[in-house]
Amino acid sequence: MSAAIGPDVTSASRAVNPRGASRGRGAPANRRGPRESILSRTGAMLVMAVFTLYFLVPIWWLLVASTKDRGQLFSTNPLWFADFQLFENIGALFAYRDGVYLRWILNSLLYAGLGAVVATVLASMCGYALAKYVFPGRETIFNVVLGGVLVPATALALPLFLMFSRVQLTDTFWAVFLPSVVSPFGVYLARVFAEASVPDELLEASRLDGAGEVRTFFTVSIRLMFPALITVFLFQFVTIWNNFFLPLIMLRSEELFPVTFGLYAWNSTINQFPELRTFVLVGSLLSIIPLIITFLLLQRYWRTGLGAGSLK
Amino acid sequence: MRHTKRAVTAALLTSAALVLTACAAGDDTGSDSTASGACEPAGEDVTLTFTSWIPGIEDAVAAWNAENPDIQVEVQTGPNGNSGTYQNFFNQLQAGNAPDLGQIEYDALPNFRVQDGLEDLAVCADVVAAQDQFLDWTWGQVSLGTDDQAYGIPQDQGPMALFYRSDLFEEAGIDVPTTWDEYRDAAVQVREQGGYITNFSQTDINQFAGFVWQAGGQWFANDGDEWTVELTSDASEQVAAYWQDLIENDLVSTYPAWTDEWNNAYNSGEVWTWNSAVWGANSILSGAPDTSGNWSVALAPQWNAGDALAGNWGGSSIAVFKGTDHLYEAAKFALWLNTSDESLTILNEQAQIYPATTAGLELPVLKEGVEFYGGQAIYDVFAEAASQVSPDFVWGPTMTQTYSDVSDGFKAAASGSSTLSEALAEGQASTIATMQAQSIPVAE
Repeated sequence: MSAAIGPDVTSASRAVNPRGASRGRGAPANRRGPRESILSRTGAMLVMAVFTLYFLVPIWWLLVASTKDRGQLFSTNPLWFADFQLFENIGALFAYRDGVYLRWILNSLLYAGLGAVVATVLASMCGYALAKYVFPGRETIFNVVLGGVLVPATALALPLFLMFSRVQLTDTFWAVFLPSVVSPFGVYLARVFAEASVPDELLEASRLDGAGEVRTFFTVSIRLMFPALITVFLFQFVTIWNNFFLPLIMLRSEELFPVTFGLYAWNSTINQFPELRTFVLVGSLLSIIPLIITFLLLQRYWRTGLGAGSLK
Repeated sequence: MRHTKRAVTAALLTSAALVLTACAAGDDTGSDSTASGACEPAGEDVTLTFTSWIPGIEDAVAAWNAENPDIQVEVQTGPNGNSGTYQNFFNQLQAGNAPDLGQIEYDALPNFRVQDGLEDLAVCADVVAAQDQFLDWTWGQVSLGTDDQAYGIPQDQGPMALFYRSDLFEEAGIDVPTTWDEYRDAAVQVREQGGYITNFSQTDINQFAGFVWQAGGQWFANDGDEWTVELTSDASEQVAAYWQDLIENDLVSTYPAWTDEWNNAYNSGEVWTWNSAVWGANSILSGAPDTSGNWSVALAPQWNAGDALAGNWGGSSIAVFKGTDHLYEAAKFALWLNTSDESLTILNEQAQIYPATTAGLELPVLKEGVEFYGGQAIYDVFAEAASQVSPDFVWGPTMTQTYSDVSDGFKAAASGSSTLSEALAEGQASTIATMQAQSIPVAE
């Protein structure tokens, strides 16, 4: 999800901003740039429409399927409603196994929400330190962190499991939470952003006023970096929310599962226990709601952040 | 800058520590396991961990915990075995923190045995004494073809029978087939009515193995030293040729099983029968709800008229992992879970678990008529089928790979670009190659 949205928005703002900057930001779209032929414009719109449809149809199907009972799922048009049973289905899902699904949602919110906050704080401190302080080995550390971006989380899961086994932390909250608070990409982003948006003069001024480094960071710098922090938070939130392999390897207790893993576990036994199918469908539909809400709430800050970054 | 220097030192120290921990963890894995062989009570209160993915098994465990304050069991869960839990078991064995007990399907047991991940329960007198309570062939699945070993306690089984649409057969005036020859004739007649007699699923290699099992075939054999791979044995080829003929003559549909199209084919009456295991009763009920009351169950068609043989599809055991400190207690719990009426009733009600013990097949709940099947007491049929399953069928130690290779070939066969026989031959070759790559001795 993050991969699909991130690069798109970034490249779009990059493409628009240089032109926007030279002609003034609010200029109407049709006066901007060279005129495009109607043909190429229609072509582009067509391609975009097809892709939009391509992305939306599965979600539409999920929505429709969640409103059906088990029989209608197979016997009625998959892309249109039959008897509307959504609320009965949700009720049954919440009631199943003493509401274990709600527990999973809460777990996911905790892992992703708290994890992303801590990751953001750590990444911003680290990135800020790398940007604003000169010390031996600075570039080495930065390069190592940058290398961390390239290592897929999946590849780290097994070594992490062996380590956590060693200290007897598998199957605990910490087994999923601790690895989630590390975000090499966040460090990278924070460093770039701190270099661009926190003027050295400001730090000098605050030192002259007698503020310590820590205090300066939390009262002055962090505010200037705020848009970048929102971006780091969003990325990390989505990454943790979608991280599936780590919980798969670490967790055994149902009450610790995040929602993605819980649904996967149910889905894997559908052959034997077909009644779980409806729960998986409705559960999947509900599980994307927190992500959508987070995006809508933070989108404004996020876009400002990217814009500001590209203008500097 | 004092602060930063100190911070950097701390950071470096931390990462060094992490690296050291990682190395240490890698060095002595597996050495944690205790000396096994003894099956004696601990003499103190113990807590066992037990991993299973069966929904509702907690209820049976809760009943045990209430009665056995000195042996408490904690249930851990996860996805279906092949979807991740087996891999987790191997990871845990390597890390030395495997649970005491785990759910393992029969076809995966040899893999754990070959990797030396299981305790032999036959050292426990209780286990040996309980052998008579189980159907012979289910015990054969956990003894892995040996006389005096037991690498798990059988939990459930999947004897196969024929689910069929009694209403459609009656309407069309077609007799319900009792042999595979009659089944082919019926297939032609059903095709004339516009339907398919059954669906040959390209993904259900286990169903195919069940057919081979019924035909008296074997896929693997183990003489204690070496493995023999027999995917292309005569019985296996016979079954492959039979279904190849049905596929080539368009007498069966070839939807991938468990998909929406597949469910719909059954729900709409396009497909008339399903050769499936006892747990299939629940699959039809939930996948084809519009057909309620129209299904019946008969014993599987036979290769020779007058035979009484059945195949098996599925079933699992409760195994005890190497490294447990409480072999005695674990065996005791596993026996109770799979032999007591109380537990078996709970498991059947919660998860349609079909017991592996002879007494379990007589549970009152399994004697009732089932409304979806027109009130037929279908479990009587499966109890009879269970008594007809050959005890000699052995699974190989690399089944995951065998399944995926054969299934690739079956997909090609279903689409007409290959044959089932070729798929088996390829599966045979790649299975031998995989076993050799893992240093598992193979007899050529």
